[in-house]
Amino acid sequence: MNNTKNTEAERLNFWERMYLPEIGRGLALTFKQLFKPKFTRQYPEVRWEPEGSYRGRPVLVEEESGERCVACGLCSRVCPALAIEVQAGETEREKERYPELFEINMLRCIYCAYCEEVCPEEAIVMSKDYDIVFTNQEDAILGKEDLLVPVEKLQDRLEFLRQYK
Amino acid sequence: MSDLNSLIIEASIKGLVIVGIVQTLAAFEVWLERKISAWIQNRIGPNRVGPMGLLQPFADVVKLFMKEDLVPDAAHKGFHRLAPALSLAIATAVYAVIPYAHYWDADLTGIGLDFQQRIYFGIAPNVNIGVLFMLAMTSIGVYGITLAGWSSNSKYSLLGGLRSAAQMISYELAMGISVLAVVLWASTLSINGIIVEQEGWAVNWYIFRNPIAFFIFLICAFAETNRAPFDLPEAEPELVGGFNTEYSGMKFGMFFLAEYANMATASAFIIILFLGGWQLPFPAEMVGLEAGSLALTLAQIGAFAIKLLILLFFFVQVRWSIPRFRYDQLMNLGWKILLPLSIVNLLITAIIIFVFDA
Repeated sequence: MNNTKNTEAERLNFWERMYLPEIGRGLALTFKQLFKPKFTRQYPEVRWEPEGSYRGRPVLVEEESGERCVACGLCSRVCPALAIEVQAGETEREKERYPELFEINMLRCIYCAYCEEVCPEEAIVMSKDYDIVFTNQEDAILGKEDLLVPVEKLQDRLEFLRQYK
Repeated sequence: MSDLNSLIIEASIKGLVIVGIVQTLAAFEVWLERKISAWIQNRIGPNRVGPMGLLQPFADVVKLFMKEDLVPDAAHKGFHRLAPALSLAIATAVYAVIPYAHYWDADLTGIGLDFQQRIYFGIAPNVNIGVLFMLAMTSIGVYGITLAGWSSNSKYSLLGGLRSAAQMISYELAMGISVLAVVLWASTLSINGIIVEQEGWAVNWYIFRNPIAFFIFLICAFAETNRAPFDLPEAEPELVGGFNTEYSGMKFGMFFLAEYANMATASAFIIILFLGGWQLPFPAEMVGLEAGSLALTLAQIGAFAIKLLILLFFFVQVRWSIPRFRYDQLMNLGWKILLPLSIVNLLITAIIIFVFDA
C-alpha cells in the first residue's frame, strides 16, 4: 500500500478538519452517557460481599470444642512480616496443645496467606473482613478473643481451600 | 423621600440581592459541574451533604476556611493577597449591567403602601454603554490571574498567568468584532436596547439572524472564562495548577468562585446578545401578558433563568467532552481562523444592513 498521508491531520476528511461536526458528535456521546446506569456502590450502606478466594483479615477457626489451633508455631515461623506470636500451653482435652497466647499484629500483616497455607490443622484462614480500622497501635494487635471465628462463618473459604490448596 | 435617596436605597437593595444571587449561583455551578461530570463518567457524584448533595459546595467552603493560608516566602505579599480579591470583585461587578427582566410597574397602594414606581431589574440595566462595560470588565478579569501568576514567584504560576494574558489578548479581538456585528444590527450599546430589538418570535434572536457571530462569540467566551477546552492557564498536567499553584485556603476558594461567577457572566452575556435576554420565545402579547405587569416580569425572569441553566449545562458538558487545546493550536484558531472570520462576518453584516436599510 502506498499511503503518502503521513500525519493525522492529513488523513482527516474535510468535515473532520472543520472540527465543529466532530465536537457535535463528542457532545452527543457525553449527553447519551448522562442517562446510562451508574456503577457507583453506595459503600457504607451497600457492602461488597467477597468470594471465597478473597484474602481478608486472618482469623482462627473456632469449633464447638474450642479452637482448632494446636500451637505448632508454623504460622509464626513462616510469616514474612513477623506479625504472628504464638505461645503454646497444655490442656486435658483430646488435642493436648492449645495456644495460650495468639496475637496477630495487623499493622504488620501483609495478607499473604502463608500462615493459612502452612497450617497443618486448617486452623488459621483468611476471612472476608476488609474494613480493618484502628485508632491506636495497641488496638491493632489482635488477641485470641478477636481472632476466633465460628467455623460456620468460614465455610466459603474452607470450601475454596479444599478445592485449590 | 428625595429622588437621590430612593435611587441609592434602590441600588443598594438590588446590589445586595444580586451579590447574594451571584455567590449562590457560583456555589450551585460547582455542584452542577460535579454532578454532570459524574453522570458523564457513569458515577453518581456528591450525594451526602443535603438533598442530592446540594449543600456540598458550602461544606467545601467551610473546609477551605479551616485550611492554613500559605503565602510563599518569595512571593510579593501585597499582590499575592490582592489577586484573588480582584478576581472575585471583577467577576461580581459585571452583574451590575445584567438585566433579569424588563421592568415592573410596581403599584403597592393596593396593599396600603405609598409606593408607585417603575422598577427595572438589574442594578443599572439602562446604562447606554452596557455592552462596553461588560467587555471591559471581562477583560480586566485577566488582571487577577496574571497578577496571581506573577506575584506567586513560581515558574508554573508565571507560565499560567502569561498564558492567560496571551489568550485573553488573542480572543478579545475576535470577540469584540463579533459583538460589533450585533451592535450594528441593534444600533445601540444599551443592553436593554439590544434585548428589546430581539422582541417577538425566537427567529428575531440574533443567534438566528447572525449565527456566525454567535459561534465566534461562543468560542471566545470559553477562552475568556478560561474554561476547557481553553483552560491552558491552569492546565493541570503541564503547569501543576497554573496561576493557583501557590494558593491555598479561602484564597484558592476565591479564584474558584470567580471562575464560576465568570462562567455565569459569560452565559448571561451570550443570552443578552444572541438569545434574546429576558425575551420569551414568542410575542408576550400572544398569551395576554401586558408590558410592566407582574406576570410578564416573572415569566421573563423564568425565561432568563432557563436560558442561563441551559448554557451553564453546556459549559460544563463541553469541559467533560473535549480535550484541551495545545498552545499553538489555540493561537492558530484565534488569529488565523476566528479573527478573519469575524471581520468577514462584520463586513457582510454591514453590507446587508446598508443595502436593506438604505
